[in-house]
Amino acid sequence: MKICVCVKHVPDTAATIKIDGETGFKDSEIKFVVNPYDEYGVEEAVSLKEKNGGEVVIVTVGKAEAAATIRSALAMGADRAILVTTDSQFLDASLTAKALKAAMEKDGLPDLIFTGKGSVDTESFQTQYRLAHSLGIPVVNEVSTLSVDGKKAVAELEVGGGDKQVIEMGLPCVIGATKGLNEPRYPKFPDIMKAKKKKIDEMTLSDLGIDASAPGVTLEKLEPVPERTGAKMIEGSVEEQVTELIRILKQDEKVL
Amino acid sequence: MASTGILIETENGAVKETSLGVMTAAAGQEIIALVVDADPAGLKDKLAEYGAAKIVKLTAADKDVSASPDLAAHALAAAVEKYGLTALLGTASSTGKDLFARLAAIMDQPMVSDCVALDIAAKTAKKSHFSGKTFATLKVDAQVFLATVRPNAIEAKASAGAGEIEAFSADVTDPGLLTIKEVKKGDAGKIDLTEAPVIITGGRAIKAAENYKMLEDCAAKMGAAVGASRAAVDAGYAPHSMQVGQTGKTVSPRLYIACGVSGAVQHFAGMKTSKVIVAINEDKDAPIFAKCDYGIVGDIFDVVPVLTEKL
Ligand SMILES: Cc1cc2nc3c(=O)[nH]c(=O)nc-3n(C[C@H](O)[C@H](O)[C@H](O)COP(=O)(O)OP(=O)(O)OC[C@H]3O[C@@H](n4cnc5c(N)ncnc54)[C@H](O)[C@@H]3O)c2cc1C
Ligand SMILES: Nc1ncnc2c1ncn2[C@@H]1O[C@H](COP(=O)(O)O)[C@@H](O)[C@H]1O
Repeated sequence: MKICVCVKHVPDTAATIKIDGETGFKDSEIKFVVNPYDEYGVEEAVSLKEKNGGEVVIVTVGKAEAAATIRSALAMGADRAILVTTDSQFLDASLTAKALKAAMEKDGLPDLIFTGKGSVDTESFQTQYRLAHSLGIPVVNEVSTLSVDGKKAVAELEVGGGDKQVIEMGLPCVIGATKGLNEPRYPKFPDIMKAKKKKIDEMTLSDLGIDASAPGVTLEKLEPVPERTGAKMIEGSVEEQVTELIRILKQDEKVL
Repeated sequence: MASTGILIETENGAVKETSLGVMTAAAGQEIIALVVDADPAGLKDKLAEYGAAKIVKLTAADKDVSASPDLAAHALAAAVEKYGLTALLGTASSTGKDLFARLAAIMDQPMVSDCVALDIAAKTAKKSHFSGKTFATLKVDAQVFLATVRPNAIEAKASAGAGEIEAFSADVTDPGLLTIKEVKKGDAGKIDLTEAPVIITGGRAIKAAENYKMLEDCAAKMGAAVGASRAAVDAGYAPHSMQVGQTGKTVSPRLYIACGVSGAVQHFAGMKTSKVIVAINEDKDAPIFAKCDYGIVGDIFDVVPVLTEKL
């Protein structure tokens, strides 16, 4: 079984984002990691391979620096990788999906594709759907339980209010992974060393015949979410504190 | 006038409050409310009050589309064409996000998920980037502006519309790619965290699963949902479906009350855009007090029961 995992190279969520100009951010100063949700996809793919045999291929569209992030996914047990290089962190999702599709077609289509439920930088929540639609295969997102046999996959996902859906689909399909699916492993030193020798096949968008000139979505402005400057502390006895809090919430803020 | 479609979400046969906020995001446009999972007659008054010119019951070959996400997406695409919609908006709930992503892929049009502000005429949308650390303003170059709106991000304002009811049976079929085998019901009657207008969250300080009862009692008085921090989930006090934060739910209620939560960045990633944030913590130096609106220094087991009583 051949499994592709779409891995995005994103800033560590603990990193402070310093905005640079209208739409840029200082990316050279911060650490980048495997998009946390994609990590669940890598873990699931590698454990399926460990059980059933096969091959796990990481597919990334990103800057040349993404190679370092790809190495961490390879250290988790993936076999090799494809990096489609671009020069922007902010790619239109439909463009990304086109690149992922073209790279997979060039390499030979897999039996199963994992993505994360969304990327933590652009939070666009759609690349996996565009990829699946263009390949004419099923997609299910926010999957927290999965079983795969020879021909089909059964996925469980939360649909709000604590309800869960169980969905069955044929292979190949696209699975958007989320927390709960598994516990991603921490690569050990020998795995990290081994990953250094694994192959990363690099290509550009134009090598794949993709025109990046007319994106559907463009970033016009990036600005910090206003920080709160510190709480107004409510003093007094518990009774007094609570009475004052309720008064504020009802009368001043009108949120109750 | 340009027409904007709004995918209406319902609960127990009534319009969800969050859908009214989405309608308000389209103020100034001719609003066509699309209903897939309820009887439109029961929704008419509310939808007309919030500006619907038309209320369309959408089916596919007269069949209910709400049970199949792909079928619903194809039916929505047909509705866009039939009504010449220049925009179609929905709620960024778990079903809304899923449906709009399917729809955008089918229509091959751009789509912006989980917006906190929209300008339909200018085709711009504002949304979170980098887990709630920044806002991005995106310009959409599309024939049809597709977007979902973060629940409660836009406050609902009434604005009368004609509210004429009609039915549209789209000539589409399910591509048959996936089958929903089963729906496992969660705790019935619980308000969905991502859509709740008020949330009260218990952190590690809650100390035991049964102590969430204290927060549930308080929540019941406010029409609130109960959330948890990851520390509380990891300790087994609460299920993951209650977790707020970067690896849990993103919420944006008008009021967020954090009880015994320290205020880690990963927690804030999920609730930073709440309108008013209140923290109750026994440590006066807890980092959360530097990042919220109102603070009470105190033991949650003393403060919360008094709050419940006085509400
Ligand atoms: C990759 C990653 C992802 C993460 N994702 C999330 C996420 O999605 N959501 C999330 O919440 N966290 C997440 N975290 C964890 C986060 O960093 C914090 O560890 C977590 O939020 C802490 O939870 P807490 O505030 O409940 O616990 P603590 O940090 O232990 O804080 C407990 C607080 O309660 C106070 N307290 C104790 N007893 C009482 C009492 N009786 N009355 C009043 N106050 C009391 C203490 O003073 C303290 O401030 C993530 C971390 C990582 C690395
Ligand atoms: N540039 C990219 N390279 C590889 N995979 C990506 C890329 N962008 C998005 N994805 C995949 O698509 C998922 C959804 O991303 P998004 O639509 O950006 O929220 C991510 O979790 C990734 O698995």
